[in-house]
Amino acid sequence: MSDLPQRDKNSVSLGLVIDLDTCVGCHACVVSCKEWNTSGHPAPLSDSDPYGQSPSGTFLNRVHSYELEGDAGGRTMYFPKSCLHCENAACVSVCPTGASYKRAEDGIVLVDEERCIGCGLCAWACPYGAREMDAIGGVMKKCTLCIDRIYNSNIPPAERQPACVNACPAGARHFGDLNDENSHVAKLVRERGAQDPLEHLEYRPTNKYLPPRRPSSVPAEKRLQPVVAKEGFLGWVDGILSALSK
Amino acid sequence: MHPAYSVIFFTTLSGAGYGLLAVLGIGFLTDSLPPGTGFALASMTLCLGLITGGLLCSSLHLHHPERALLAFSQWRSSWLSREGVAALATFLPAGGLGLAMLFPSWFRWLGAASAIASILGAAVTVFCTAMIYASLKPVPQWRVSWGRLPLTPLVYFAFALAGGMLCQLVLLCLFTDAPAQMFIAANCAVLTLAWAVKMLYWRRIDSLVMPSLPDAIGLRGEWRRMRPFDPPHTEPNYLQKEMGYRIARKHRDMLRRLAWSGGGAVPIALLLAGAWLSEALWLASLPAALLLLAGTLLERWLFFAEAQHTSSLYYG
Repeated sequence: MSDLPQRDKNSVSLGLVIDLDTCVGCHACVVSCKEWNTSGHPAPLSDSDPYGQSPSGTFLNRVHSYELEGDAGGRTMYFPKSCLHCENAACVSVCPTGASYKRAEDGIVLVDEERCIGCGLCAWACPYGAREMDAIGGVMKKCTLCIDRIYNSNIPPAERQPACVNACPAGARHFGDLNDENSHVAKLVRERGAQDPLEHLEYRPTNKYLPPRRPSSVPAEKRLQPVVAKEGFLGWVDGILSALSK
Repeated sequence: MHPAYSVIFFTTLSGAGYGLLAVLGIGFLTDSLPPGTGFALASMTLCLGLITGGLLCSSLHLHHPERALLAFSQWRSSWLSREGVAALATFLPAGGLGLAMLFPSWFRWLGAASAIASILGAAVTVFCTAMIYASLKPVPQWRVSWGRLPLTPLVYFAFALAGGMLCQLVLLCLFTDAPAQMFIAANCAVLTLAWAVKMLYWRRIDSLVMPSLPDAIGLRGEWRRMRPFDPPHTEPNYLQKEMGYRIARKHRDMLRRLAWSGGGAVPIALLLAGAWLSEALWLASLPAALLLLAGTLLERWLFFAEAQHTSSLYYG
């Protein structure tokens, strides 16, 4: 049903914590997400013209990249974006058919594709652009938090987490219960002071982003010094060349 | 936002249809409709034709129209579902009103109740249609207000009423000798009101400031400048095609001028000229109605094309 479930502070809130400081923008999460989910719960994630002039397809996760400039210097930052499994998920309440729903037991937002009429209103209601209409299936696709992995007793316990988390070579993606204050994801959020994207819209996303750290505090003039040879053969050459150029 | 023709035609046509239904209801209650089967048949055909045509257009927007019946189930939370329920429910009193107009000797008793329910149903349906858009937080343009009055529903009401009244004027010209001067004046007043509300909407959205890229990411203030560096994908995706639509400022200004002059100023001038040379009113009212229809289509196209979605912020 499109009504949001009754949930409180003690409800399990499964989600991702993504470290914008350590993400290296390799897109491994994008590829592993596509690989798992095109044959998993939301299968298939179709592609159009995949080997042609203008390939396009459905992805549940995309990595944006930005240049940042601050008082202490600049840096690049990668921003992986997928469904944030909001507590106030407007994508669920706008759905006219009840295809979009939020699970009461763990807060995961899913689409029942058998009920989806492909009107696209849920994608309009998502401020983050986390939903994509499948061009061939004509139904809405979104991150399932790999619901067919995290509860899957057929795979080794260590792999029972979202495919993107398993794939991340930088350890920038973390999975857990954000409402359990003893979980490692909740600790990360506390320690690093995560802030919500588009906080003023009050969607209350479950996923959190850990902010990029400030660039190194070493003053610029000390970082690189010109190499001056003072001794040995190069020192002798340097002395002669310097004398000649005077 | 991508201006989809299905939705533009849906809101414009069914808006005018519901406007006409409300005008017919008021006409019935005040006993000011012309007698005769001809008018009743023509007006109800036009009214239900516009409504049904509009609703059919909207179904073209769906990828799975065969499941459309499910869309009537979530009226507790979804404005789209409420709109569907209200639209379907309004057919009942509209049919009652039609019967009372066509066969007054048999169905007169149906008339007053059907007329009141038709007016209410038309108003509720148009309101629900507007709220589909006005309830979307990611599109700030659709949420602008005048004081505490949200402007999107106001615009939808005003254009539905203007369209309905002008359709009624065309019908009156066809089936009566001379429509009342008061009704022509009322038409001009509602047309003026509609475009005035629209201009207020345009002023409001022009002074709107979209959230910044750091807001979209949720970064704190220490980063002064931020710009996209490497695109997340090489070809445009669904988000960009659906929500990344941009319109050039100079074209936007010209299209706005075309909309209000062609769909407002010219129809008013035509009606006034027609009223003055009362012989020629029917010659003036039909082009006026068609111009308003074209102007409303353009206004609706701009309503979508000028709206910006927060998801496009991530693309810089």
